[in-house]
Amino acid sequence: MDKIRSHIMVCGGTGCLASGSEELITALNNELVKAGYDKEITVIKTGCFGFCGQGPIVKIHPDNIFYVQVKPDDAIEIINEHIVKGRLVERLLFEEPEEKKKLDKHDKMAFYKKQYRIALRNCGLIDPEDIEEYIAFRGYEALGTVLGDMSPPEVCTLIKDAGLRGRGGGGFPTGLKWELTNKSSGDEKYIICNADEGDPGAFMDRSILEGDPHSVIEAMAIGGYATGANNGIVYIRAEYPLAIARLEKAINQARSFGLLGENIFDSGFAFDIKVKLGAGAFVCGEETALIHSVEGSRGEPTKKPPFPSESGYLGKPTTVNNVETFANICPIILKGAEWFSSIGTETSKGTKVFALAGNVNNVGLVEVPMGTTLREIIFDIGGGIVDDKGFKAVQTGGPSGGVITVDDLDTPIDYESLKAIGSMMGSGGMIVMDDETCMVNIAKFYLDFTQDESCGKCTPCRIGTKRMFEILQKITNGEATMDDLEHMDVLARMIKDTALCGLGQTAPNPVLSTMKYFKEEYLEHVLEGKCRAGECKALAKYSINPEKCIGCTACAKVCPVDCIEGKVKEVHIIDQDKCIKCGACYDACKFDAVIKP
Amino acid sequence: MEMVNIVFNGNKIQVEKGSTILEVANKIGVHIPTLCHLNLEGFGIVNQVASCRVCVVEVEGRPTLVPSCAEKVYEGMVIHSDSLRAMNGRRMAVELLLSNHPKDCLSCPKNLECDLQALAQELGIREIPWEGEMLNYEKDNSSFSLIKDPNKCVMCRRCETMCNEVQTCNVLSAVNRGFESFVGPAFNMDMADTSCTFCGQCVAVCPTAALTEVDNTSQVWTALANPEKHVVVQIAPAVRVAIGEMFGMKLGTITTGKIATALRRMGFDGVFDTDFSADLTIMEEASELIHRIQHNGTLPMLTSCCPAWVKFFEHQFPDLLDIPSTCKSPQIMFGAIAKTYYAEKKKLDPHDITVVSVMPCLAKKAESKRPELTKDEDSNVDIVITTREFARMMRSAGIDFPNLEDSDFDKLMGESSGASVIFGTTGGVIEAAIRTAYEWITGEELENVDFVQLRGLEGIREATVMVGDMELKIGIAHGLGNARKLLEDIRDGKSKFHAIEIMACPGGCIGGGGQPYHHGDMNIIKERQKAIYAEDKGKTRRKSHENKEIIKLYEEYLGKPYGEKAHELLHTHYEPREKI
Repeated sequence: MDKIRSHIMVCGGTGCLASGSEELITALNNELVKAGYDKEITVIKTGCFGFCGQGPIVKIHPDNIFYVQVKPDDAIEIINEHIVKGRLVERLLFEEPEEKKKLDKHDKMAFYKKQYRIALRNCGLIDPEDIEEYIAFRGYEALGTVLGDMSPPEVCTLIKDAGLRGRGGGGFPTGLKWELTNKSSGDEKYIICNADEGDPGAFMDRSILEGDPHSVIEAMAIGGYATGANNGIVYIRAEYPLAIARLEKAINQARSFGLLGENIFDSGFAFDIKVKLGAGAFVCGEETALIHSVEGSRGEPTKKPPFPSESGYLGKPTTVNNVETFANICPIILKGAEWFSSIGTETSKGTKVFALAGNVNNVGLVEVPMGTTLREIIFDIGGGIVDDKGFKAVQTGGPSGGVITVDDLDTPIDYESLKAIGSMMGSGGMIVMDDETCMVNIAKFYLDFTQDESCGKCTPCRIGTKRMFEILQKITNGEATMDDLEHMDVLARMIKDTALCGLGQTAPNPVLSTMKYFKEEYLEHVLEGKCRAGECKALAKYSINPEKCIGCTACAKVCPVDCIEGKVKEVHIIDQDKCIKCGACYDACKFDAVIKP
Repeated sequence: MEMVNIVFNGNKIQVEKGSTILEVANKIGVHIPTLCHLNLEGFGIVNQVASCRVCVVEVEGRPTLVPSCAEKVYEGMVIHSDSLRAMNGRRMAVELLLSNHPKDCLSCPKNLECDLQALAQELGIREIPWEGEMLNYEKDNSSFSLIKDPNKCVMCRRCETMCNEVQTCNVLSAVNRGFESFVGPAFNMDMADTSCTFCGQCVAVCPTAALTEVDNTSQVWTALANPEKHVVVQIAPAVRVAIGEMFGMKLGTITTGKIATALRRMGFDGVFDTDFSADLTIMEEASELIHRIQHNGTLPMLTSCCPAWVKFFEHQFPDLLDIPSTCKSPQIMFGAIAKTYYAEKKKLDPHDITVVSVMPCLAKKAESKRPELTKDEDSNVDIVITTREFARMMRSAGIDFPNLEDSDFDKLMGESSGASVIFGTTGGVIEAAIRTAYEWITGEELENVDFVQLRGLEGIREATVMVGDMELKIGIAHGLGNARKLLEDIRDGKSKFHAIEIMACPGGCIGGGGQPYHHGDMNIIKERQKAIYAEDKGKTRRKSHENKEIIKLYEEYLGKPYGEKAHELLHTHYEPREKI
């Protein structure tokens, strides 16, 4: 066998694939053949590196060089320069926006410096489709340890001592959840992996399954052993085809290695996993709804108690854990509860993966120790706000969370602190908004999402969220009165107090938190018919500053409805009746003469 | 019995562990409004989805309000059902429901029978602050039995519980999601294209007018007003013990005589009793049973007088179509005799006769339109109305029902035995059949006609009756879910019965989908059953084969029971149907 002297790791996560990483891999392989290096250099399609805004990402080992935004056309240069001649391809290196300096290694980048990877440890490092690579990074050692040396209650205690809490949003102690199922009597028990990631913008679960599927499989087997379940089910949304394919491949590999199936590690313990596709309903992230969906029924929540640990899938004791939660299990087994609990805050241990998105420079997946401040995530890791605009707010917890303003940027993040400032951890969506964002519009976006995703079972969620959304529409259309604001506030509080499940109970949060922190924007919309961000088109009123307009005609040329009049070198005027508020004139004007509402 | 200590609205009390807050409230006289909740205790039918949130109360230490219908009490629980927070929560739930509900109460089929309307009144709702978009779906008028109006659906899921858990037909479930949700068949198919049996139990429990019966009253008035038509009417046994409820009469009042008077006053040319044809059914069914027993025929034999049950086995057990009796139902037998024997006797052209049925049932409407039962126009039933429609007709005719004098049914098809009356309750048909079969098989007189071992309200009952030296094994099921269990046993070769009676509706016809609404009160059905047995007991003749008019019918027209003429007029066949 030829000795491989170098690995070219190309991100094969969904984001990078969409930016052409599959074609890039083909091009790299072709160039290797042309250069005659295909026997000693190998190209590997990995999972997500996390730095999705800069994809496709290519990392070359053992040199540890990190190239960003690599196109298939760049393959020839990477092979000819880096591989053949050993010279860096400078133009493909990441440039830190602040210092304008090219960086060749990922650990020099601010984006990675403050990260601490437990759940994402193998993502971008191994070939997710090769179980041997996973094993090489201590894969299945934790399962071996557990089956060989520990009793199920000991495993539960270890996870409890580590302080791991559910990463799907609720933050329920995982070890305790396992213990409850362990103590429930039942001839059959189940352990379900909740991969029904539904928060808009969140994709950490998908990335883990795409980049390191075995870490979840191994942890499920450990969870199965700890709770007394021989059956695992991964409930994953059908919109994640790559994650499904890699997961299924990994399950088959694990079976053929004897790591799933009967008598694993000669311990007598049997465990297998089946994959169940979901149709992608947000509410199916709620565990009772998820269980009903797995059973083949409509994905609707039912009241708790009974909790799934007593009566879950098919009425049997069932544990439901989220993907990221599972991804933390094996390192805890291998490194110990003390190590894990040394990371994080008093109440929240370990790390949390956030999907950093919105108006922030470095978009992607970041994993940070609990207790990291929002400021560190947004400004250090995230590189600050795009185009040097001002920071206005950040939404955590997705549609169930709330906005956090500049006043709370230094809050160390954990489950409790986020709740205290009116938001929540959720599954880790983090949407950054600049100062040109309309907060009413943001609230409307989230309410549109939740009222659409409501299962329709209980009255407050089915009709109440719809009514809230309608009031928000009235506000953004400039048709609302102060009574509407009052009604929305009452409705929001009552829905929180009366809805059946977590989705309904948290649905009003984006409205309540924006009303709390940005009340003046609501008032402006209602009382003055004004949207300061100019996002509410019905309220927008573009005009031209006669002092600044030089009559270049650029605005009139781009106007799609010909509503700007004026001769060359004369001041132009916008016909407000015809204007469709598209903002094209604003973008076209080079003299800042178009006034945005 | 384990007790727990709780504080309810400031009062320290001891209550049974495991009860719900609502049960406790009912016991101590605290009223908490409900909407989706339904508990027909005697039948074990519970709808406890906790979805409407109309019954929420405050429990100290809980972050949100809790649904009292589903939340169980625990030691130390402190409950406030009368706090402002709890009242506001309940009120908002009703207001939100009303904001998405058509306000056409004045012309709504459920006007004054609507649970949502009653709630709005009870909570004193005078304005709805959350008006907005409302559902706008097409009504489903596809069937002969029921109308589905999704715009009036409040997602209480009671119909779903009846259809899926009780009847196991699985036709109704939630469709779409969020605001667009409503309950209907998958893909919002037409009801007529599904495996719906038209039992009408969904209609019986629907709190609003999302599910109602097809109204055929105007057709009856039109026929009555047509001088060319000779309009005859038959009234089913279960109607007479229930209709009084709609006129404020005491539960379980037997109104047979008043019904005859009312029908006559409405202008019917012949006022008859389905009990007459129930006796006729027994003549045929008992003969068929004896024939099957004596000739090694297919056993068990199943009764076939319930049309919802007939449609159920056609869809669900198309491989077992030789099991049920081939007897037409009493309603259809009546039509056949009215347009032949009666027409002959009265020297009428069968084409000029209109047969109207007053039934406790919605499936009877669809049954009367079955192709094999309508292909011969001279033997069918023309119009079927329910108990509720009959009451409405009387009201619009200004008939003071409770104060009517009694009268008898008309001759020729008006006499009935006690055996036929009990057709109205679960267990009655088979008891009636045994009263006759016993005497026919043994040739001895049956002294005690009360087979109490066949009576009751348990979903599945079995009994052994000694007929001479033969042990006749009888099974009884009411509710199609219970029927399914007996059918599965037959399919698996495990059934030990000679004869099985099946009624689709819980309680039998007394609990039919066309009866006055019980609004979840099980006691109403029990009282109706008592009245049925009381009517039986009061009859001079209590065996079908002793009915003088029936004897005359065979002598003068039909010949022998189970004979050729009887086969032609009184028997039918079944066809396999798809399960959708």
